[in-house]
Amino acid sequence: MSGFAPFMRALSAVVWKDLRAEWRSRELLSAMLVFALLVILIFNFALELESTVRANVTAGVLWVTFTFAGQLGLNRSMAVEKDRGCLDGLLLAPVDRAAIYLGKTLANWVFMLLVAVIVLPIYSVLYNTNLFIPGLLLTILLGSEGYVAVGTLLSSMAVQARTRDILLPILLFPVAIPVVVAAVKATGGYLQGLDITEIQPWLNLLLTYDVVFTAVAFMVFDSVVEE
Amino acid sequence: MTAIIEVSRLVKRFGPKVVLRQLDFRVESGEFVALLGPNGAGKTTFLRILSSLSRPTLGSVSVAGYSLPHQAASVRRRLGVVSHLPLLYGDLSAEENLLFYGRMYAVDKLSARMDEVLEQVGLTNRRRDLVRTFSRGMQQRLAIGRAILHDPEVLLLDEPHTGLDQDACDMLDAALRQVAVRGRTVVMTSHDLSRAEDLASRFDVLARGTIQGSVQRQDIARDGLLGYYRKTLELAQNNAKNHKAEAAL
Repeated sequence: MSGFAPFMRALSAVVWKDLRAEWRSRELLSAMLVFALLVILIFNFALELESTVRANVTAGVLWVTFTFAGQLGLNRSMAVEKDRGCLDGLLLAPVDRAAIYLGKTLANWVFMLLVAVIVLPIYSVLYNTNLFIPGLLLTILLGSEGYVAVGTLLSSMAVQARTRDILLPILLFPVAIPVVVAAVKATGGYLQGLDITEIQPWLNLLLTYDVVFTAVAFMVFDSVVEE
Repeated sequence: MTAIIEVSRLVKRFGPKVVLRQLDFRVESGEFVALLGPNGAGKTTFLRILSSLSRPTLGSVSVAGYSLPHQAASVRRRLGVVSHLPLLYGDLSAEENLLFYGRMYAVDKLSARMDEVLEQVGLTNRRRDLVRTFSRGMQQRLAIGRAILHDPEVLLLDEPHTGLDQDACDMLDAALRQVAVRGRTVVMTSHDLSRAEDLASRFDVLARGTIQGSVQRQDIARDGLLGYYRKTLELAQNNAKNHKAEAAL
């Protein structure tokens, strides 16, 4: 079954299935959210920073929160498929397996952005920092896409192993270093009110990472899930 | 009759371990074959290769005229698979699970087909209930519904009775008989010889990585399937001992 229409039908079916199941259970989102909120609370009490210093560490705290919460979601998203044999069910379908990968990636991206939507206002209040800057929101969009693109691929590899919970962060964090560094730098730039010319290289890096890693994952997913 | 599954000299290795050795297997269209064998014989590995989930190391495999692994997508379209895991999403209802798989298989007139399948597996009145609230037997019946939703030519069942109580097994068998009556080809692995004897038209014994014997239902002697199964395994064991002794010489 090749062609654009069947590809899009399979992709939308996977996204619909993931969002629908999560809407029912709220298992993944609640775990990610509770974890994210705990992290920002702990940082708030642990650092006890002056308001001027807070602005400087905000970018780091935010991205540490997003990456760790995202990793929880990525692990769970694939574990659900594996535990009830549903991954085999997906792989048995006569569809381009890249559509399955993109569908899972899109659903994971939505979950990560939902966490960001809830975390940002709470963070703003706790740290007394305005995070609602259009450029910063664009950085979160780009950064989370790159992180989820590579994370979905690696979680589909890690889920085959008994030590999947430990394996995913070991595989994911080294590969995600460029996207996290670029996202932290760009976020910091926006918060410190730097000129766009100073932020642009980091945004370019994020964009390049997103395109390259999404394309690579798209191409190799079939081989990764093959037994 | 034409062969719908043809396997020749199939070998499957996992590292140094050889799971399937020079296995030959042929199934005619419309047959219901029970694949019997002890634990670790390679039954699940064999079904995973037939279903395109695993690649053969050597040998040729074709299903419905398409070879594996090169024409895997064409094979998948013609296959339905039921394993001891339900392959269903617990947080979706019965009809949502079928809707999802129906979209993945691009089933025509999906809504009508879902009604038909739910009726066939006796779950029409539970169609809106979440699968996680279903008993194991109901989940397995829905798993059969999922597997036949796209009207496959071949149905592969990997120990479908595992973990089911007597009543659930009976209901599952009734659903399987309906599938067989419609002329579909079925290959089922099982440890439950009496259930296999009730359902299948042919019995193959897989042991030590290859088919050790094959018998049609009408050719089973008076001591029944159990007797045939034991004799075949005994013979396989003796052959293996002789091979070892010859190799030692």
